[in-house]
Amino acid sequence: MDIKDIIKPENKVYGRTPVLKDNVMHYCPGCSHGTVHKLIAEVIEEMGIQDKTIGISPVGCSVFAYNYLDIDWQQAAHGRAPALATATKRLNPDKYVFTYQGDGDLASIGCAEIMHACSRGENIVVIFINNAIYGMTGGQMAPTTLLGMVTATTPYGRDPKLNGFPLKITELIAQLEGTCYVTRQSVQNPASARKAKKAIRKAFENSAMGKGTSFVEIVATCNSGWKMSPVKANKWMEENMFPFYPLGDMKDR
Amino acid sequence: MAEKILIKGNEAIAIAAIHCGCDGYFGYPITPQSEVMETLMKEKPWETTGMVVLQAESETSSINMVYGGACCGKKVMTSSSSPGVSLMAEGLSYMAGAELPCLVVNVMRGGPGLGTIQPSQGDYFQTVKGGGHGDYKMYVLAPASGQDMYDFVDKAFEVAFKYRVPAMILADGVIGQMMEKVEFRPMKPRRTEEEVKALCDSWATVGKGAHRGGNTITSLALDPEVQERHNIHLQAKYAKMEENEVLYETYRTEDAEHLIVAFGCMSRICQNTVDEAREKGIKMGLIRPITLFPFPKKEIDALVPQLKSIMSVELNTGQMVEDVRQIANGRVPVYFYGRQGGIIPSPEEVLEAYMKQI
Repeated sequence: MDIKDIIKPENKVYGRTPVLKDNVMHYCPGCSHGTVHKLIAEVIEEMGIQDKTIGISPVGCSVFAYNYLDIDWQQAAHGRAPALATATKRLNPDKYVFTYQGDGDLASIGCAEIMHACSRGENIVVIFINNAIYGMTGGQMAPTTLLGMVTATTPYGRDPKLNGFPLKITELIAQLEGTCYVTRQSVQNPASARKAKKAIRKAFENSAMGKGTSFVEIVATCNSGWKMSPVKANKWMEENMFPFYPLGDMKDR
Repeated sequence: MAEKILIKGNEAIAIAAIHCGCDGYFGYPITPQSEVMETLMKEKPWETTGMVVLQAESETSSINMVYGGACCGKKVMTSSSSPGVSLMAEGLSYMAGAELPCLVVNVMRGGPGLGTIQPSQGDYFQTVKGGGHGDYKMYVLAPASGQDMYDFVDKAFEVAFKYRVPAMILADGVIGQMMEKVEFRPMKPRRTEEEVKALCDSWATVGKGAHRGGNTITSLALDPEVQERHNIHLQAKYAKMEENEVLYETYRTEDAEHLIVAFGCMSRICQNTVDEAREKGIKMGLIRPITLFPFPKKEIDALVPQLKSIMSVELNTGQMVEDVRQIANGRVPVYFYGRQGGIIPSPEEVLEAYMKQI
């Protein structure tokens, strides 16, 4: 059999979504951002909403999300993405508006903005990447850093007496009346990535139905910040992050 | 002639926003300007023009909602007073960097800190010298009446969109709270989706069409050369504004030998000072900068040769006077008179202060 007999449209099992731009990603090898970007891009393509989607990028490693997804983007100040998304959605009710935020952005400096956007039930999608560390600034403690975890600003490990406790912000978000769908997912293997993609799709569909805020947390790795190989980081996440940040839906209505 | 309605300056801002086709207002209560949002909520423009009105959780959120709306090419605004505007400084810097049009109304109160709720002009520096981080300017209008408050909303949006810069109406507690007769202008409809696209599709987040790649609104440029080029571009824009957008008023300056420079409510009080000086045989005049940026540099400069002295009169400890001194450049003495804490000097008090100097 010739190779040309195999390469036919009907035999195609996988393709790169055109919503992803042809730019080389700046993320470290092993980082979860690239996978999550791809999942969002695929959902946008499958729903046919590329011309109706506006993304809000944060401050942190994913500030450059606008270099990778071919949609209209706004780049917010640190933590303020939900405020931008609020106005964007209210002024353009026919658009799909999502924020993409890390743990420092969303759960520390942007606590007020995310809480109130969710409390008001803005019809937006929030993608929250929780890798328990500040990646871009060089691996400092995040609000979600686990107890005992070594970072640049907790060189002897996070001590609750010195540094307080890790913040389960997604559990708090689930308590807010304005949220319709709150879930925690991961992307460290194909099965988890498929589940995360389903969650992202549901979040975008909720937005179209005007059900309120959909909040998708992705427990993620930062192998550079954690100073581990990608494989070891995935294992460390499963063993240490998942017991404290258990996966699954917290709210779906 | 259109009907004149007796309203507060703050209410005039709210009504003007609806009348000039504003798309969205996002605000947070603070004295002495809370009537702006209260009036909008009472008027319910979302039922008539479709304008969005939202009470945010903080001034920080308000300005970032404005940032989001402005990214979409919409006519969006907020209002606050001095401490709230300090919180907005971050957002204003971002919007200036990202070249976004918007309107912020600052009804100034006394500071520093929580200060007083009484009127002040203490935010002149913050407003015209930046306020937030980085090299940027805003288009700044200083109203002196209820009619100015009403008219400047439309004017501010016009210039903000022309140059893609944040605009500020820098009022004070007097202008915000005082009731005056205001003449309303004909209603301007809000821009349609098609009009927004026609005007802003090249840069705004109106939804990517098949005809172009995605637009990105950002103020981030890590490449030093890109950032420097951007700064030069911004400065060129500000230079154009200085060329084309200066607004000012003069009062009895034709033969004046002594000149008062005053803006906002102080410019009205100082008109009486000029009249009283003239009655005493002193040739006094007044120039009122209406735009604080761009500042009427050439206009003041042109008056200097005929003058013996200048006095800047402000509700602060001496801010605009620095700009006036720079223009006078040692050719004539430049004095300052100001009161703080919400104390408004009378015309006589200003004249007495000026007489002591000359």
